Order: sequence, then C-alpha cells, then structure tokens
Amino acid sequence: MLGRDEDILKAAEDWSKAGRGVAIATVVETWGSAPRPVGSNLVIDSDGNFLGSVSGGCVEGAVVTEAIDVIESGKPKTLEFGVADETAWQVGLSCGGTIRVYVEKVN
Amino acid sequence: MKLDTLQTLNAERAARRAVAVVTDTENGTQRLVKAADAASDPLAEIIEKRLRMGKSGMEETAQDRVFITVHVPSPKLVIIGAVHISQALAPMAQMLGYDVTIVDPRTAFASPERFPDVKVLAEWPDVALPPLGVDRYTAFVACTHDPKIDDPALLHALARDCFYVGALGSRKTHGRRNERLKAAGVSDVDFARIHAPIGLDIGAISPAEIAVSIMGEIVQSLRQKPARDAKAAA
Repeated sequence: MLGRDEDILKAAEDWSKAGRGVAIATVVETWGSAPRPVGSNLVIDSDGNFLGSVSGGCVEGAVVTEAIDVIESGKPKTLEFGVADETAWQVGLSCGGTIRVYVEKVN
Repeated sequence: MKLDTLQTLNAERAARRAVAVVTDTENGTQRLVKAADAASDPLAEIIEKRLRMGKSGMEETAQDRVFITVHVPSPKLVIIGAVHISQALAPMAQMLGYDVTIVDPRTAFASPERFPDVKVLAEWPDVALPPLGVDRYTAFVACTHDPKIDDPALLHALARDCFYVGALGSRKTHGRRNERLKAAGVSDVDFARIHAPIGLDIGAISPAEIAVSIMGEIVQSLRQKPARDAKAAA
C-alpha cells in the first residue's frame, strides 16, 4: 500500500510538471467503518483521469467532479460523505461510515 | 499543495526519509516538516509522535485544526542466518508489512526450498549488505551463532543506525561478542543498542515462539519512544 501511495504522489508531480491541471484528494477524517484509512490519496487531473482511492470506489466519482472544480478555482475544499440518504445528489458510503476528504490543487 | 512542496515530499520519500505535511484545511496553508527538523517545529511533540506511529490525522492546536500527513518509509528486516528461527520470523515480518531479506553464506541453509517466498542471499555480509540500503527504518537480526558471519553484519548495522539490532546468543556468548566488537572499535553506547539475549522475555521455547518474541521486540522498538529503550539499556 505504501508503495502504491508513493507512486500516486509521484504521478501527481509528473502530471503537474507535464502541464496538466492536478488536484490531490486526501482522506483527513473517518468515522465508523471506512474503506480507506486517513491519509489515503486520490490524484485527479482536469480531464478527470485519476489514480489511487479514498474509498472502495463509492465516492470517487463525486470527488473527481469536485476536484475538477478545485483545479479551476484553485481553492481547496473539504468534502464529507456519509451513509446515502434520500437526497438524490448525495453520494453515500455503502459501508455505513463517514469520511471527510480534503481536495487541493497542485500549483 | 505547491509543486515544490510536492517535489520535496517525493524526494524525501524516495530517499527513505520520514516527512510530515501540516495543512490548515480551512485556509489551505501548508508546510512540510522533514523528520530531521521536526524537533524545532512549533508542533514538535505531535509531529514526532505521529512520525513514530506512522499515523496521519487531524490535530487541534491552540489556534486551529490542522491535518498532519506523515510519510514514513516502509520498514525493512534483514536477517543474518537462514536458520530455523528465520523460517518463522521471515513470514511473520512480511505479514506485518516488512520487506525481508535473509543473508547467509552457507548455501545449505540459504536455499530457496527452505525459504520459498523470501529474498535469500547466499553471500557473506560484506558482499550482501552494502547494496541493501540498510538504514534507520531497518530492523537487523543476527542469528547464525557464528562470529565470522554475525560480527561483520552487526558492525554494518550499528554504523547504519538501524532502529533495532538484535543478536542471538546467551549472556555469556554476548559477553564474548562485547570483547570482539569493542576490539573492532564499537563504543559502549553502540554496543548497548544490541538487544541480547534477543527477543521479549515471554518464555519462548520453539523456533516459532522465539520468532514471536523477536518480532514483538522489533515492534516495540519501532513504536515506543526511544527514551524508553535508552532507559532499559542504562
């Protein structure tokens, strides 16, 4: 796992040097059952390519969408994902936990 | 994250040096703290503890909440001696996430049949060890019982500041080792860093039980404050 994380951050560096817009998403807090531990990274570029994970695949889609916003605005954002509820736009974690993900641009 | 921060972070990781990144998730301010500089950081105590535990997380400070990401190299284990204890110790350490290498110049011991899933080098320590990059995130265990093999290996480990150095053998054996290593120029302080008799005192008898006691001692050395080791050795 450490080896893969290393590759992910190296990819962020390489992508950024190649002139691509890049954001790093990091799991900063978890409550209850969470699929990926605090510190896990997802790296996203402005075209929506991504590497790594912040969950078991449940919320990556939403994080990628938000990350593209962060790349455009340059402003970091903290996202929270919990158990899916009735609110149609909210993405949920099927495992019942809650996670908070910090998304920042590489610049 | 600034690109130069990311570059420094990746360079430190590639060099197998521990590093922390402190981020204010409210306003995005960020700083990178190398392990060597942690003691002089305003959050020294918190950062040093997190580096030791290898654990990232949120921290409340007097002013605000910050997120501390720690990047700690994955630990290595080098075992000198492809002996019976090593057959139990190697898979145990792999289960705990260690990158394991066994070194033993005696080809009858260092055979792939005896160690199907472990990197085994049938070389003398002076040949095998230099390319392994033994460092402070390495645990080092000498258990051939043969001074010709163990002694040069221990000298290498002490010079590389391994977080754990253990050597198999009774107190009497260790006393003789003391004389030999002192003659080779090892200081009292460095010699005291060798855990011997090796392993936690759990009454281990079988090779697998001895491996448990060694592995327990390695975990203790990695995770507990160094001060405690120093006290125990004094």
